[in-house]
Amino acid sequence: MERLYESQKIALLYFSVAIVLFGAQLLFGLIAAYQYINPDFLYGVLPFSITRMLHINAMIVWLLMGFIGGIYWLLPSETGMDVVGAKLGKLAWFLLTTAVGIVVLVYIFKQIGHGNFFTIWFITEGREYIEAPRWADIGVVAVMLMIYFNVIATVFRSGRITGLLGVLLIDLLALAGLYIAGMFFTPNITQDQFWWWWVVHLWVEATWEVLVGVLMGWALMHVLGTPRRIIEGWLYLEVLLVFGTGILGLGHHYYWIGTPEYWLGIGGFFSSLEPIPLVAMIVHAVYDAGVHKLQTVNRPALFWIFLQAFGNFFGAGVWGFMHTLPQINLYSHGTQMAASHGHLAFFGAYVATNIVFVYIILQHLRAPEGPILDSRTWKVAYIGMIISMVGMVGALLVAGFAQTFFERAVGGATWQDYITAQMHPWVSVPYLWRFGFGVLFLLSYLVLLYDIATIGKRVPSVEVKPA
Amino acid sequence: MGSGWIEVVVASLLITLVGGTILTRGRSWLEPVFWKRFAIVGSLVMFAFLWILTFDTLRKTAIGKGRIPDPTVINRKIGYQLDADTGRFKPVVLGDEPLFGKTYTREEAMKLLVKGKLTIQSRNCMDCHTLLGNGAYYAPDLTKAWLDPKWEKIMIPMTGAKTKEEAMVRFLMHPDKYATWTRRMPNLHLTEEEAKAVVAYLKWMSAINTNGFPDHFGQSKLVKF
Repeated sequence: MERLYESQKIALLYFSVAIVLFGAQLLFGLIAAYQYINPDFLYGVLPFSITRMLHINAMIVWLLMGFIGGIYWLLPSETGMDVVGAKLGKLAWFLLTTAVGIVVLVYIFKQIGHGNFFTIWFITEGREYIEAPRWADIGVVAVMLMIYFNVIATVFRSGRITGLLGVLLIDLLALAGLYIAGMFFTPNITQDQFWWWWVVHLWVEATWEVLVGVLMGWALMHVLGTPRRIIEGWLYLEVLLVFGTGILGLGHHYYWIGTPEYWLGIGGFFSSLEPIPLVAMIVHAVYDAGVHKLQTVNRPALFWIFLQAFGNFFGAGVWGFMHTLPQINLYSHGTQMAASHGHLAFFGAYVATNIVFVYIILQHLRAPEGPILDSRTWKVAYIGMIISMVGMVGALLVAGFAQTFFERAVGGATWQDYITAQMHPWVSVPYLWRFGFGVLFLLSYLVLLYDIATIGKRVPSVEVKPA
Repeated sequence: MGSGWIEVVVASLLITLVGGTILTRGRSWLEPVFWKRFAIVGSLVMFAFLWILTFDTLRKTAIGKGRIPDPTVINRKIGYQLDADTGRFKPVVLGDEPLFGKTYTREEAMKLLVKGKLTIQSRNCMDCHTLLGNGAYYAPDLTKAWLDPKWEKIMIPMTGAKTKEEAMVRFLMHPDKYATWTRRMPNLHLTEEEAKAVVAYLKWMSAINTNGFPDHFGQSKLVKF
C-alpha cells in the first residue's frame, strides 16, 4: 500500500461510515416499502414515519459523508500538499459520526415528543428531510466550518487555486450557508416551507450538483486522463447552467404553498431548463471516454461515471421535467411521481458519484501500479443495481401516474379519494414490484460490499485493450 | 398566470447575456475563462433575482396579508370555490363559524396556532402525510383536510361526536380506534389540548390561497358517500 496523506486517511474514515449508512438506508427503505404492502408490520413499534425518515436521512448523511470524503481525497492531489489541520479534520469526522449516532438512536427509541420547543431542540424538528433536532443542526454547521477550514487553509497554504478548487470553495460556502436557512421556527407554514425549500432545493438541485460536477471532473481527469483545461472549461459551463437554471428553478416548489402566482411562470420556465446542464455532463463524459477509446486504469470507476452521467440526466432531468410544469404538477404534486423521480435522481446523480470515488480509492490502495482495477463481481453489483433501481422507479412511476389520475383528476383529492386510489390495482400492485426490486437492490449492495472487500487484492492478468 | 413572471425571466436572462458578453470581450468561447466569467455573472444575477423575489414573497405571505389569512379566520366558515378569472380554486370566507363553540381573539388564536404547528412538527406528520403537498405519500394530503367531507359523512357518526371539530379531536387522540382502512394511523398520544390546536391549524391552513391546489377538492367523481 502506498503511503497515504493524512487527508486521504480522513477520506477513508468518511467513506467507511458512508458505506455503512448506505446499508442502513436500504434496510429502512425496505421496511418502509414493506409497510406499504403490510401496514401491520411494526405498527405501533416502528411506524412508517420513522422508517421512511431514517431511509431518507441515512441517505442524505451518507451521500454528504461520501462527498466530504471525496473532497479530502482529492485535496492533496489538487494542492500538492497534505491537509492543514488533520487533527481538526479527524475531530470533525468523530463529532459528526457521534452526532449522527445519537440522532438515530433518539429517532428510533424516542421517535416523537410533545408539541413544544424541547422537542424541536432535542428530539425532532418534524420537517421532512431536515428532521434533525436543532442541537444537531448547530453541530452540523460547526462541523462543516471545521471541514471548510481544512479545505481553505490547505488551498491557501499551497498557494495555488485550481479552477476545480475555486468552484469547490465557493460551492461549499454556499452549501453550508444554505443549511442555516432551515433553522428557525415559524407558525406560518407557507414561509416555513419557503425557507425549507431554500435548503432542500438549493442543496440537491444546485450546490450538490455543482459539488458532484467538481468531484466527477476530478474523477474524469484521473480515470481517463482528460486534460485539466477541458475539465475546467466544462465545469464552468456546468456551473453557469446549473446555477443559471437551478436557482430560479427553485420556483417549481413555490407553486402551491401559498406563495404568489408569479412563481408558476418563473418556476415552470427555469426548472424546465434544469435538464440542460445534465445533457452537457453526458456529452462531456461520453466524449472524453470516446477520445480515450474507453482505455482506463479503473474499469468500475469508468462505468460508474457513465452511470452517473446518464442516471443524473434521466433521474433528475427527464423524470424531473415530466412533472415540473405547473399544469401537470397541480395534479401530480405530492404523489408517487415525486418518489419515482427522487429515487432515480439520487441514485444517478449522487450514489453513483460516491461509488466512483470508492473505486478510485480502492485502486490507489490496492493497485496503484496497475495493470487495471477490474473484477467480475463489480459488474454483477453494477447491473443488479441498475436493474433493481429501474424496476423500483418504473413501479413508482406507474403508481404515481395512476394516483395522479384517480385521486387528483377523477377524484377530489380527499381522504377517501386517497384511499380509493391507493387500493386501485395500478397503485397497489406496483408497491409489490417496488418491494421486490428493493430486495434485489439490497442483494446487489451485498455484492458491492463483497467486491469492495476483494477487488484488486489478487492482481488479475487483464490486458489494457481498447473496447 | 398573473403578471410579472415574463419580465423576471426576460430581465434575468438578458442581464446575464449582456453582462457576460461585456466581461468576455475578446475571449474565444473555447477558453475556460470565457465560461468562468459567464458562470460568475449568471450565478450572481440569478441569485440577486432570487433575493428580490424572496423579499416580495415574504411580504405577500405575511400572516393576515391576504394569501395567508389572519388567525381569527378560525372563527369563520371557510369554503373552496372555483375562481372564474383564473380557472382555479380559491378559499373563500363565508361568515361566522366559531371553533369548539368559541370565538377566539387574535392573540388566543395565534397562541393556538403556534401550539398546533409545534404539535404537527413534534409528531413528524410530514413523514406520512403531505402538507401543502409536501411530505410523504403514505397518508392523505392535509392541505384542505378541514374541508374534507369524510368528517361529516363518516367520522362524526363513527366517533359519536356532535361537531366536526369534536370528531377531529377524537380521531386525532385515538386514530387507532377509529381506523377506516388497513393502513391505520398510529396513536401519537396527542393530549386534548394538542389535538384541538392541530384542528385549529388545519382550519387555518385550509384558508391559505394555494393557487388552486388541490384542484376541485372534495368534488369527486371517484368516491360517492
